[in-house]
Amino acid sequence: MIIYHPLLGPRDSDEFTYLGDASLIDRPDGLAEDAAARFAEYVYMRDNPAGTHRELWFHAAGDQSWLVVTRNTATHEITHVELASDVARARRAGR
Amino acid sequence: MSGAFRLSGGLVDRDHRLRFAFNGRQYEGLAGDTLASALLANGVRLVGRSFKYHRPRGIFSAGSEEPNALVTLGEGRAALPNTRATMVELTDGIAAFSQNHLGPLGFDPLAVTDLLAPFLGAGFYYKTFMWPKAFWERVYEPLIRKAAGLGRLPTDPDPRLYDKGHLHCDLLVVGAGPAGLAAARAAGAAGARVILADEGFRPGGRLLAERHEIDGMSGADWAAAQWQALAALPNVRLMPRATALGLYDHGIAGVLERIAPEARAVDKPAEIFWRVRARRIVLAAGATERPLVFPGNDRPGIMLAGAVQAFVNRWAVAPGRRVAILANHDGGEALAAELAGAGLDIAAVIDARGDPQVLGTKGRGGLRSLTLADGRRIACDALAVSGGWSPNLHLAVHRDGKPAWRDDIQAFVPGAALPDGLAVAGAAGGSFGLRDCLDEGTRAGQAAATACGFRPPGAPGFTTDNTQHPPAPFRELSPGQGRAWVDLQNDVTAKDIRLAHREGFRSVEHLKRYTTLGMATDQGKTGNLAALALMAQQTGRGIPETGTTRYRPPYVPVSLGALAGREGGRGFKPVRRTPLHDWSAARGASFVESGLWLRAEWFAQDGESGWRDSVDREVMAVRTAVGICDVSTLGKIDIQGRDAAAFVDFVYCNGFAKLPVGRVRYGLMLREDGIVMDDGTCARLGEHHYLMTTTTANAAPVFQHLEFVRQCLRPDLDVHLVPDTDSWAQIAVAGPKARALLTRLVDAPFDISNAGFPFMACAELTVCGGTKARLFRISFSGELGYELAVPAPFGSALAEAMTGAGADLGVTPYGVEALNVLRIEKGHVSGPELNGQTAPAHLGLRRMAAQGKDYIGRVLAGRTRVDGAETARLVGLLPCDRAQPLTAGAHLLEPGAPRTQAHDLGWISSVAFSPSLGHDIGLALLNDGAARIGTRLRAVDAMAGAEVEVEIVSPHFIDPEGARQRG
Repeated sequence: MIIYHPLLGPRDSDEFTYLGDASLIDRPDGLAEDAAARFAEYVYMRDNPAGTHRELWFHAAGDQSWLVVTRNTATHEITHVELASDVARARRAGR
Repeated sequence: MSGAFRLSGGLVDRDHRLRFAFNGRQYEGLAGDTLASALLANGVRLVGRSFKYHRPRGIFSAGSEEPNALVTLGEGRAALPNTRATMVELTDGIAAFSQNHLGPLGFDPLAVTDLLAPFLGAGFYYKTFMWPKAFWERVYEPLIRKAAGLGRLPTDPDPRLYDKGHLHCDLLVVGAGPAGLAAARAAGAAGARVILADEGFRPGGRLLAERHEIDGMSGADWAAAQWQALAALPNVRLMPRATALGLYDHGIAGVLERIAPEARAVDKPAEIFWRVRARRIVLAAGATERPLVFPGNDRPGIMLAGAVQAFVNRWAVAPGRRVAILANHDGGEALAAELAGAGLDIAAVIDARGDPQVLGTKGRGGLRSLTLADGRRIACDALAVSGGWSPNLHLAVHRDGKPAWRDDIQAFVPGAALPDGLAVAGAAGGSFGLRDCLDEGTRAGQAAATACGFRPPGAPGFTTDNTQHPPAPFRELSPGQGRAWVDLQNDVTAKDIRLAHREGFRSVEHLKRYTTLGMATDQGKTGNLAALALMAQQTGRGIPETGTTRYRPPYVPVSLGALAGREGGRGFKPVRRTPLHDWSAARGASFVESGLWLRAEWFAQDGESGWRDSVDREVMAVRTAVGICDVSTLGKIDIQGRDAAAFVDFVYCNGFAKLPVGRVRYGLMLREDGIVMDDGTCARLGEHHYLMTTTTANAAPVFQHLEFVRQCLRPDLDVHLVPDTDSWAQIAVAGPKARALLTRLVDAPFDISNAGFPFMACAELTVCGGTKARLFRISFSGELGYELAVPAPFGSALAEAMTGAGADLGVTPYGVEALNVLRIEKGHVSGPELNGQTAPAHLGLRRMAAQGKDYIGRVLAGRTRVDGAETARLVGLLPCDRAQPLTAGAHLLEPGAPRTQAHDLGWISSVAFSPSLGHDIGLALLNDGAARIGTRLRAVDAMAGAEVEVEIVSPHFIDPEGARQRG
């Protein structure tokens, strides 16, 4: 596969390692009242769609950036690639 | 003359003769020959024995679809089994050997199998070799393996070089036949970057085998002219001998290029596996001819009609003296005229669509005659068979595409939904007329160039013929009148397919697996369609409803060497050496692999009888004098930024925010599920500057984790990370005389006194007269200890300075084995305890975890069962009989409890002989361990059959108060 890195352009997927569901960005507050329930959900529960999936890839053999890649798991079509730090900042701003 | 069957003409170089050997006998061929054409030129018709029945087999095709003529090329380590003789470009001096026979090729005692054929139908092995079970592996499998099969693999390492590479282009054209050449010309002329790959060593495809004129030139001359014109374009890369094996995601094609497969060139790779990233692909891979199914259709001399044509026209070789032709279309008569013109004697042209049908064939080592249903016998030594052509659509459907059936050509073609960027041109798409091929190729090349932003110039049409011979629907000739082969390579007959149907294997995928149809190295390229048609007849459904089995890469067999490239041997796992490697080796170190690193395990001295002597001496030197140990492999991550303190505090479970500048702290890092990820020390070198160390094995994973935290979880923090492991050489200095040694190395005015540089202090300083260094007062051994780091190039010099300056102090280099003994004596956890299953509470480190802050792993480390009574705690162990050894991995049981999992209380994680104490000691993870201290259990090693009574003690065997390291 080819991943279009927002800063570096098209890169071979061999340069990346895969982590999984991009929902890992949305880490709950560990000091909150309901932290136990929210962390059980955050750590263990994942959607596993046959279709569009937002997932985290690490450019290990590259610039060490984490990317959020929107990929169709059934066709491997990649429709969107963002820097995870941009996504994370936007999520925090929206909280 | 190069063989009695050589004709005049052809595309071979008669002035360039080549010697080669087959089964030890010398022959002569010509440049331009394949091994197959050269064998036929010399009258060699019998080239191998079949997989299951050991039937004599000959050359069947002229290309990569060859099912029969598999030979072993070369001898010894370099032998290449299962090489298709039709694809071997003849070079001087090659030696080939036939396969799968016990005696000489002409008399194979295992051919007796053929007489047993009535009993050896589909599923025979599954049904027969069931009892007794004990015979499966010891009797049946060795027997069957010996009798059945193809070539034998050499057992020594392959001496060839292989390589891998990446290529990029606007357009990849697969196949340099008429359609592919036209496509490459059109796109190349427009300026697009074009790669043209063809599996043959001479471009032209069927233009070389058939007689056509294009714009007044012979087909072969036209192809050569196109190739030459393309070679002159700087934007075109021509790749002969390169087979496109598969199409993968995002327009990536795997292309196998054969450079020097015979391994006589040591300076060139035998094969290169290319990953070609193409914006557009034109599939112009042509088509494969299908044989007909009739009794006795497997004898040497029976050949695809297109192959006969290729041998005669391209290689000027007569496959026989008297040739019969059997076809289910109108092309038979035209071929007869062409062959007669080349000087061959035509025995008969038989129309497979009508009567009389072929009833059988005769000839043991090769075809001698045909019998027709009306009783006529036709003497002939070659039979050209054609059942129509199947488009080579593989690449178009590798990505889950579905082929579509076309009744008019009785073949599957690529479906309407093609992979993004892929177009099909010529026979690969079912267009068999030459003018159609050329026009489609031109249009596909132009469209690809346009899509890539180029403006292709207009192209004139071609003046040529457009003859086509659509075949009749499949029918088996003289069914039930004798064995008729469908899959030659796996010896599957029409009868086997009917049997499979009777036994309920009706889906094509089941049929394939039960009969092994299409599962040989040729993947059934010639036979699959006949099998589908036979199955369709049995089920009463049509061929399209029956469907095909799934097409999967690779298109042709590929050697594992090519897939591995240079990533074999040392290239598979590179070796990392520390800056002190040579210094350690010079002092007698032996080395142990630790991840990719080589680390000194101990330093043997004269007079020591074994490794234990060395390790005991090294441990005692640390406990009584001073030892030095290379710890450069520990991971180092430099952390800087205004929010560095907050970041470090967030990734460790214990508090770091209040760590003063100039101090080090032990840190425990958790995963978000509460399990320990890694441990190490973290030094605060400045207000906004930390230096984290990780375990050797986790340097890369921890860095990746920290970047995840930084980028994904805490983008609000101003902090940056640099992996810095390789920049520094670091030496642990441990023992009561450590300070005395270092006093001699640090430059004034640095104060290394206990008050000036206390336990857990750190500083940047200079040593040995101006070398910049970092000093940490930390201890893994429990002794007065330091770690001193200098820039990597000074590592050996520093070690040398230490041994020189401390000779009178008894300074002793020690390795990782002594390091491990020292840490077990001290009760420090390491890899065996941090095994991905343990949380801080298991390790007795629960109280380290901070209460008032959020950190990775905070919530789930507190939530899990680790605080319950039934969970493991780190404890120490002593053998009750001190003379007895302990073994790591042994399980702990109550006295008298049965040896079952239900009674398992825990396991021994680390064991060492403690020279300080004079007996074995161990660390264990024991259920309810804290409450069991002082009790006795059994340590059971079921693997070794050993059982030892042990006493449960505190894990801190030496200096539990920690006075030494603070002194």
